[in-house]
Order: sequence, then C-alpha cells, then structure tokens
Amino acid sequence: MDTTATKKYTFKDFASDQEVRWCPGCDDYVILRSMQKALPEMGLKKEDVVFISGIGCSSRFPYYMDTYGMHSIHGRAPAIASGVKLANPDLSVWIITGDGDSMAIGGNHFIHVLRRNLDLNIVLFNNEIYGLTKGQFSPTSLVGQKTKSSPYGNTQPPFLPGELAIGAHARFFARIGGNTPKEMTDIFIKSEKFKGTSLIEVLQNCPIFNDGCFSEYTDKAVREDKQLFVEHGKSMIFGKERDKGLILNGLKLEVVTLGENGITEADLLIHDAEEQDPTLHQMLVRSEYPLVTGIIRSFPDVTFEERVDELTAKVKAGSNFTKTDDLFFSGETYEVK
Amino acid sequence: MIATKTKQSKETLEAVIVRFVGDSGDGMQLTGTQFSDTSAMFGNDIATFPNYPAEIRAPQGSLYGVSGFQVHIGSVEVSTPGENVDLLVAMNPAGLKTNLHALKPGHSVIVDADAFTKKNLEKAQYESNPLEDGSLENYQVIEVSMTSLTKEALKEVEGLDNKSITRSKNMFALGMVYWMYNRSTDHTIEFFNKKFKSKPALIEANTKVLNAGFYFAETLELIPNSYTVAPAKMPAGTYRIVMGNTATAWGFLAAAEKSGLELFLGSYPITPASDILHELVKHKHFGVKALQAEDEIAGITSAIGAAFAGDLAITTTSGPGLALKGEALGLAMILELPLVVVDVQRGGPSTGLPTKTEQSDLFQALYGRNGESPVIIIAASTPANCFDYAYEAAKLAVEHMTPVILLTDGYIANGSAPWKIQTVSEMPEIKPRLIKKANEAWNPYDRDEATLARDWAIPGTFGLEHRVGGLEKDKVTGQVSYVPENHEYMTNVRAKKVKRVEDYIPELKTEFADEGELLVIGWGGTYGSLYSSVKEIMHEGYTSIGLAHFNYINPLPKNTEEVLKRFKRIIVCELNTGQFASVLRANFHGIEFYQYNKVQGLPFGNSELIEEFKKILK
Repeated sequence: MDTTATKKYTFKDFASDQEVRWCPGCDDYVILRSMQKALPEMGLKKEDVVFISGIGCSSRFPYYMDTYGMHSIHGRAPAIASGVKLANPDLSVWIITGDGDSMAIGGNHFIHVLRRNLDLNIVLFNNEIYGLTKGQFSPTSLVGQKTKSSPYGNTQPPFLPGELAIGAHARFFARIGGNTPKEMTDIFIKSEKFKGTSLIEVLQNCPIFNDGCFSEYTDKAVREDKQLFVEHGKSMIFGKERDKGLILNGLKLEVVTLGENGITEADLLIHDAEEQDPTLHQMLVRSEYPLVTGIIRSFPDVTFEERVDELTAKVKAGSNFTKTDDLFFSGETYEVK
Repeated sequence: MIATKTKQSKETLEAVIVRFVGDSGDGMQLTGTQFSDTSAMFGNDIATFPNYPAEIRAPQGSLYGVSGFQVHIGSVEVSTPGENVDLLVAMNPAGLKTNLHALKPGHSVIVDADAFTKKNLEKAQYESNPLEDGSLENYQVIEVSMTSLTKEALKEVEGLDNKSITRSKNMFALGMVYWMYNRSTDHTIEFFNKKFKSKPALIEANTKVLNAGFYFAETLELIPNSYTVAPAKMPAGTYRIVMGNTATAWGFLAAAEKSGLELFLGSYPITPASDILHELVKHKHFGVKALQAEDEIAGITSAIGAAFAGDLAITTTSGPGLALKGEALGLAMILELPLVVVDVQRGGPSTGLPTKTEQSDLFQALYGRNGESPVIIIAASTPANCFDYAYEAAKLAVEHMTPVILLTDGYIANGSAPWKIQTVSEMPEIKPRLIKKANEAWNPYDRDEATLARDWAIPGTFGLEHRVGGLEKDKVTGQVSYVPENHEYMTNVRAKKVKRVEDYIPELKTEFADEGELLVIGWGGTYGSLYSSVKEIMHEGYTSIGLAHFNYINPLPKNTEEVLKRFKRIIVCELNTGQFASVLRANFHGIEFYQYNKVQGLPFGNSELIEEFKKILK
C-alpha cells in the first residue's frame, strides 16, 4: 500500500471540530499543537494516522485530532494499539498516555509493548500527579509530595519513566520539556521515522494540581543552565554560555566547566544515541544536574513485525495449505458411505 | 480372582465404554486417544472424555494424581462418553480405587499386577491388596504383569533407557484392548512412525509392546470375550475426529476465509482454553495473526484494536480470564465493534477446578460488566458443533457490529467426536459491514434500519476519519455527549440491537415429543447427556417427553415461550446451581421451572437424569 501523502497538509488539517477542554495554561495544549504541526511534516496520509489513548487528562487527546482515534480504557492503550498495528502495519499508530495510565494501572502493557518493539509511538504526558481524578499522587510523584491521597506526604518512591522503559528494552527514548514546542515537534517527527517502539516523555506541567513540578529545570530563565539537550553525534555541552559539559569519571558522569583545569570541548562525551549498550543512556536518564532532554536512546533493532513477517513467509513457503479446506481434509480422514 | 477360563466367543455389541486410568505420567490420554481414533477409522461413532488432574505430574501412585480417559464407541449413534463402563484398564492401585465405582458389575477390569506393590497400595490407601482380599469378586479381574511383560518384550531392543521401557507399558494395555474389540493396530503403528520419526528405537519399542499386548490377549485364554462393535450408520461424507477446541479454532478459520477478513487472536494461556491458541498459532500459512499477550486484558484489548482496524478479532479464555476481560468487553460493546470472546468454562469460582467442566459462567457472560452492556451469547453443544458456533459467533459479530460471547466448556472442548467435514463453500455467507467510502452526511453511529448495526469504517479509509471511545456518544455523530436523554436513547438502542438478533437466528426446536408431559431443557455442553437420557427413557415407554436444547442464550429464540407452553412440566438441567433457569423465570412469567443441577466438575450421568425425569413424571 502506498502510504505517502500526495497532499500537503497544514496543522489545521489535523485539528478536529471539537472544542479543546483542558484547563487554561496546561502544557497539554503545547503537546497538541506540536503534534498537529509535526504531522504534516511526516509525509503520511491523514487516513493512515491513528491515535489510541487510555484514561486521564492526556487521553482526551484523540478527540482533538482529525484522524482515526480511540479513547479507550485505563492503561490499555499499548495493547489496543498493538492490535491496530498488527491488523494493519501500514498505519502510523500513536499511543497517548499519562504517568498513571502507563505506569500504574497499565504498567504491564507498558513494559511489554516496549519489550516487543512494534513500530509504534508513545507520547507519555508526565505531570507527576493524577489530574483527572483531582490530585492524587502518581507512580512518578516524589517522596514527601503532599497530594489529596498523601496529605502528610507521599511514601511511595517514584519510577523514573526512562529508567523503567530502558530496563524494559526500549529502543527509543526521548525526554522533552512541555514548554519547548519546537524541539518537541522535531522529536515527534524523528520518533515517527524510527522503526520500533518510540517513547517520548513530555515533562508536562499541571497548573492546577502540581503547578511548577518541573520549573526548576524548564523555566525559561534556568532552562539552558539546567538542561542538557542531547543530539546524536554531538558533544554533551550545555549552559547559557555553552561552557558546561559532561565527562565520564570512572563509573559516574561529571559536570565540568570548559576552560577549567585545561578542559576543552574535545574532552566531553559525544552522544551516541544508537549504541546498543544502554549503560550510558541510563546514566543520562538519571542525571539530575543537568537534566538531560532530547533523544537519549535511538537504537535501531529488528521490529516485532519484521520477525513475524519473516516467520510467516517461512511457514507459508513450507506449507501446502492455501485454503482452510486443505487443512480440513489433511491427515486422517475417513469415508462414511 | 483371575477370571475362570471361558470359551472364546465373538459377541456383537451396540456400544462399548472403555476407561483407561493410571498415573498422570502413564500416558492414559494417549492410549485413550489411540483407541478412539482407531475405532472412528473403523467406522464407529465415538465420544471421549479425558479426566485428568491439574497437576502436570502429581506424585506417583497418589489418588489425586490419577489421569483417566473414557471412550464410548458405538455402532449406533453415540452422544456422550457414557456413564458406567464395560471395561476398566487400571495401571495402578490408585487408578483402580478411584474408578472401580464406574465399572458395571460383572464386567472386566484389566490391571497391571506388577503395580500392586506394598508401596503403591499404601499410596492408594488400600489396607489390603484388592487383588487378593476378595473385594473384587463382583468383577472379572484380568491380572496381567504388564510391566514385566513389557520389559521382556523389549530386552533385545537396543538404545532404550529404563524409563522409556517402563513408560511403554500403556501400549501393552492398548494392544490387549485392540484384540478384545477386534481392532487393527495399523493406525497406532502409523502414529508411532510419524511421532518418533527421528527415534527409530522408540518406533520399534512401542510397536513391539503394542503387538505383544495384542498377541498376549489372543494367546492366553484370560480374556473372557472378544467383542465386535460394528460400524455406525452416519450420514455419508468425509469425516475426521476433532476435539471441541480444535473445531472452535477451525470455525474461526473458515469464517475468516468466507468473510474475506484476516483472523486476529489475542490470547493468554489458560486451562482449558489454551488448545484454541495452540491450534491457531500453527496456521500462519492462512495469515492468522495470533498474539500471546502479556495478560488476559491485553488479550482482549489487542483484539479490540485489531477489530477497530478491520480484522476478524477474537480472544479465547476460561472463567477467571473472562472476569479480567470484563471492562474491555464493555468497551467493545459501547464502541460497537465486532469481537468474539470464547469462554471455555471450567469449575469455578476463582481458580476453582481448572481441568473439570461446569456451566457456571452463564451469569458472568450475561451480566459480568459495569453499566447496561448486553452482548450476544451463544453456546456450542457438542465437540463437532464447536465448529458451527464459532463460525456463527464470527458471523453475528461482523454483521451486527457487537461483541459475541461463545460459551463452550471443558467437557466438549477436550472431548472428541467424528466431524463430517464442511467445506468453506458450503458455509453460509458472511457480510461484514465494512465501508470504503461515504457521502458527506455520513456519521460513524448511523445505523442500519433492520439490524441497528453501525458501519465499520476502518483506519486507512480515506475521508472517514473519526474518533470512538468509552465515553457515552452522541447518537448521530459519535462525539462525546453527556446529554441525559441521549444516554438513555443510546442505552436502549444498544440493547435493542442485540435483541433484534432474534430475527436472524433459528427458532428453538424440540426433539422427541413436540408437546406433552415433560419438556427437558438444557443449553451448551450437556446436549449429549440430555439427548441420550431422553432417548433412553422414551425406550422405556415414556413417550410424552421432549427435549429443547438452547444454543442461543442472548437473545433467546423468538418462539421460546410458545415451545414452553406446549408442555405441562418443564425441567431445566444445568451443571450449575440454576443460572439458565433463573434467566427463563425472568423472561417467562407464570411458568414453573423444575431444576436439576450438578456442580461436581463432572458431566451428567444418564441414570441420574432418568431418575429425576421419572420423579417428575410420577
């Protein structure tokens, strides 16, 4: 099937006629607009794009996209999306989920979809809180965080989505602030191009129940000093003055200042997103200063569909069955007269 | 206790029931299957009943580790594996102890005398050796030192370890039974040749032991009789033996081919449904997509995704799995997507009796979801018609755009019977409601006037982009709607859509009497027991008794009430505590329903049913 768009779309083509109902000031608007801007750049036919979501604020997303979409049940979007993709591998299938949807109630599907590696894209809206149910702690809420269901402070240590995902063999992991639409758009486009399951974690501010949860990293004033935006093949350099960088000291990452102790850019780590060994990727995920954003891991691997196709071709080549009747009359049959 | 020497005679029997019992590692399932397959090839009608423990290899010699396989062969129609047996083959004391009650008085039991050691007798909790203490005097006991005879037969075969030698003693027993019922060993030898293709020593060993058993029975006059069961009269055609689960899988294959849809199975292993998964994963050559998912929920939700994208989507499970799938089934229902859920029922609740049969998921199928969420429910009633009802489930799902639950049970799923092969060209048409284009005014929840089914517009179709979801939908556009009247309208229209299926399913038929004193009602896998019991009681002169067996549970056949009113008394027989009886009471007021129920993990026996019918007829 030819899946290349002949028409040049604009972002408006991907906006449905539904009124967007997220709270004012929510980063979800930024994600929606970034996706609507990214899609025309992907060269896909509109009818080949499918958004599948679970439950939560983020999961209203498909209603706002003028594509095929399903707002399903809590946590199950990865399994539903897998069924969609296996039924029709020509589709571009997107899973829209949140931290509770993917890592609490849907934790099992989340790790298994990553392990299997179908060519799917997952956008994880992480706001470290349950928004739609009005403010309970989530699997990414911090210890001590006071929420509706933890009035004296949360006692459950959080997951780090990237760490969990790479542990579950994610081949593609990116992290991006919810207030950087340009970079987000670019990551969406790259994740679509990537063959395999791509996971994009968006650090999404919830202005109502968890306002400012990422602001120490994402506020415009501190962003450049606190974030390292990695790009494959480029040095790990950051800072407003572009004077900070990362080196590997023993088994730890270390922040260095260029020009101090004779350090030059040539001493810094070069980001290799395509490295199979995830050790360094995990370190980047875990780093608190700087917080690492961008495409941290993008390891090209065999997809689930490729394995299935290869096996199917092999079975077909070695089989005499073309119709079910061939099967029914094969082996031990007998005649009654 | 050895049977006195009797004159060799050839006796012709209408039907014979044989039960093979032994340790769960003794190969009783294989032995029974070989005997039933061979008999079917010979032209007998057959029915089988495997009865095995949940433990894969329970401690040797223990009472709870006994595995059994019952075969009923007949020159007449055979509709159940039968109740009391004509021949018991017991490979150890535990098998004898747990199964002797089923042997008809005066009939034969073959035992492996070598297995009646002090240790095994203790494990079977025998205080004295039943072969010596006179407790078996009402039976013809055929003591054979099978283990040592097997060893003897194999002493010259090279390349065999001790374990392989002792494990082939089941073939000695089979050889004896073949001789007793005048069966050829050819089919089984052919089976060895295929199964042990790469292990010639095992082919030689098993063939030798099988023949040794056969000749042993022939030579020694220990065997009281050699019987013949003539071929049965069955409709002409090409047949094969199928297990219910295989027939279910094949029904879906046929439906996929006929409808032009690709088959998608999302499933998680669970007893006794896994064999459907095992069967369908083999058929990649037909383009079958089978995903062994991470859990029951992913099994059904991946199928929902595949249905959304245009596949014939199914998920297979048993009771506990259906419970896990409940929420997702509600989603498929409100989305109005075609989906088939197969529930191979087993003993419940909770983990219950995984390897035993029961019909206790009926309420769960009907009501096991939040909100008002009716779905079509149908039930297969024999191993062979699992094929037809799987096909029918698929047809109803894609033509009416709704989930369908197909109920089978461990008894018919694991049982096998002759199946007159149906070609795909003989099967009824299936017309999925797929649309490729629509005019400007098209809406995703527009409905067909007759069926109330919506269109199936799948991703990849130009111009029909739309969103569906678990939130209530506007009756026209399918967009989210919280309008109170709209919710009530949608609730009613979804129910009405399922109810309308009654216009597309066959009417309820009665067998035996059309009207009269007593109507026997059953549904699903109990058909064979009910049919043969009513047949038997009719022979005894009770002619005013009819049988109405339901394959369609929701909606019920349109003429149900009319059929019920033709009889003075009605008895509903179920392997649960009366679930279908409750459904009938809720639907048909002013009619009294007697009940006969059994929840022992076992099928009905004819004698208990007949006794009950007689009680009511008095």
